Amino acid sequence: MASITVILNKCTGCTLCVRACPFGAITMSNKKAVIDMAKCTLCGACVSACKFSAIEIQKDSVPGTKDLSSYKDVWVFCEQKRGVVQTISFELLGEGKKLAKKLGVKLCAVILGHDIEAKIEELSARGADKIYIVDDPALKSYQDDPYTEVLVSLVGEYKPEIILCGATVIGRSLVSRVAVKIDAGLTADCTGLDIDDKERLLLQTRPAFGGNIMATIITPNHRPQMATVRHKVMKEAEIHKSHKSEVIRGKFSPAVLKSRTSLLDIVEEIEETVNLAEADIIVSGGRGLGSPENFALVKNLAKTLGAAVGSSRSAVDAGWIPYSHQVGQTGKTVCPKLYIACGISGQIQHLIGMQSSKVIVAINKDPDAPIFKVATYGIVGDLFEIIPALTKEFSKVLKKQ
Amino acid sequence: MNIIVCIKQVPNTTDVKIDPVTNTLIRDGVESVINPFDTYAIEEGVRLKERFGGKVTVISMGPPQAESALKEAISLGCDEAVLVSDRKFAGSDTWATSYTLSCAIKKIGEYDIILCGKQASDGDTAQVGPGISTHLDIPQVTYVKKIEEIKDGKAKVERMTEEGYDIVETPLPCLLTVVKEINNPRIPSLKGMMKAKSAQVVKWTAADIEADPKSIGLDGSPTRVVRIFTPPARKGGEIIKGEPAQIAQELVTLLKDIVI
Repeated sequence: MASITVILNKCTGCTLCVRACPFGAITMSNKKAVIDMAKCTLCGACVSACKFSAIEIQKDSVPGTKDLSSYKDVWVFCEQKRGVVQTISFELLGEGKKLAKKLGVKLCAVILGHDIEAKIEELSARGADKIYIVDDPALKSYQDDPYTEVLVSLVGEYKPEIILCGATVIGRSLVSRVAVKIDAGLTADCTGLDIDDKERLLLQTRPAFGGNIMATIITPNHRPQMATVRHKVMKEAEIHKSHKSEVIRGKFSPAVLKSRTSLLDIVEEIEETVNLAEADIIVSGGRGLGSPENFALVKNLAKTLGAAVGSSRSAVDAGWIPYSHQVGQTGKTVCPKLYIACGISGQIQHLIGMQSSKVIVAINKDPDAPIFKVATYGIVGDLFEIIPALTKEFSKVLKKQ
Repeated sequence: MNIIVCIKQVPNTTDVKIDPVTNTLIRDGVESVINPFDTYAIEEGVRLKERFGGKVTVISMGPPQAESALKEAISLGCDEAVLVSDRKFAGSDTWATSYTLSCAIKKIGEYDIILCGKQASDGDTAQVGPGISTHLDIPQVTYVKKIEEIKDGKAKVERMTEEGYDIVETPLPCLLTVVKEINNPRIPSLKGMMKAKSAQVVKWTAADIEADPKSIGLDGSPTRVVRIFTPPARKGGEIIKGEPAQIAQELVTLLKDIVI
């Protein structure tokens, strides 16, 4: 069993570890760190915080005997819905290219679906060196079982060292299953990826505790190293129409493609045209709007900007707008280029879902609203005057284009 | 119908504050609560029991203090509670956690539906639910916002997607992860609170659930944290003042590059 120890002669009593511990498990006694084993989760935060190498975590097991060197290439699982490759896939191909270059290996796109032969050209243009394509009616729309089995088989046969997948509804459901089946490490919702040159390891950085702390995670002894990646964080791969890829077509038996669940219907209900996760701009409304009718102000501004409509929890709970628009801890986490918060006070649960947006604009009548603490630009004032003025001004500028 | 609900005790985010000097989390006096998404799983489990009869067993893997979360679940209508707790589980990532919970679920035995919250508010991975169903080799539906019907050994549910929702039919037994839209959790009844007070939480160790020592805790976890750091706190920027028309003009100039 793994254990953690404080090396007493190295510990200087500096308390850095006490502050670093996310679980409040470390206290000081006689100027030495003492770890409360009932609270410690062996997360390693104290180990990386200690400047004196005074805390060590010992693992029992010897590394697996799996031959890690036989695993090569960076794979990107390219999600398609109704035959449309989702933009997150292009972001991952952009990032995957960088990783593949550092490792000196190939970038491969993996796509599953039906009647998707035309996608080969699209993925080639985005820089994939190789494309694994499995085209079968059973794979037309996402289903957990066949997608899992096909990906598991492909991994077993072609042995990638890294698999990237979008942190989407499909992505998170799929690769969580794959990782368990093939005994691989999986890191969720990464916002930063890099390669450790010496060890050839994937360094996966992700937010935890709602973005209050960041953790860098590795998978030392298992392959492939798998990660889901947040929308809109990585830059899309450029398009080079002349680029050509090697194409590998997979064929699978009905036994592999069998699904225990059946997809009876797909219902689209987004009133506005843009989905929150993929939106470059989001206009969000909160309780400050005062009534469901006033959400029209937010929707108008969003329409002008070609933006998605978000909301705070309180507006959803009041029944002003469906839950699918909710941003925050119990809703969606978004990371657009521009987030405009209208009449949202900025409770921590809301901030968790949007504070990684590149530019935040807050409009609120209360100058002490916490939203202003994260806003790039704050406007203290009456949103009933300011939103229409903004809409007017934006449409003027956009018309000129 | 036998229902199992998996829950996690997490720090209450509302209490988490950042030390402005050291830029680290202040956790003193931070209350522990049931993970918000799990409260919907508990409520749905209790509602299924009320509709179809049977019992709800709530289960958690965590330190001894997670017992309070399980007792709270009993006050909300769950019938039995199991705490899977052992120092040997420390350092578990989602692979090892889902393995451990699957071993405990096998020990519980008969079940028709396993319910989990979509994700936990401290780790935010959404990986443990699907991990459990894979270890148990049962079908899953994630992001469930409505259970439409259960009959003839099948459940028809709505799975929330980025664009709307899918209607999916799954045979039982199955695992469902749920989102907030699925219900409105009740508050504990007086009777429930009395029941929780006297309820016995069953405690199982790694040996009790016959977990493979190589597959649990830090040793059983493929991933390892190598660095934890606090991101630079986002600072409030400029406050733009003036008449609405003026403000709008200034803001549009500032945002022009993003919008066009």
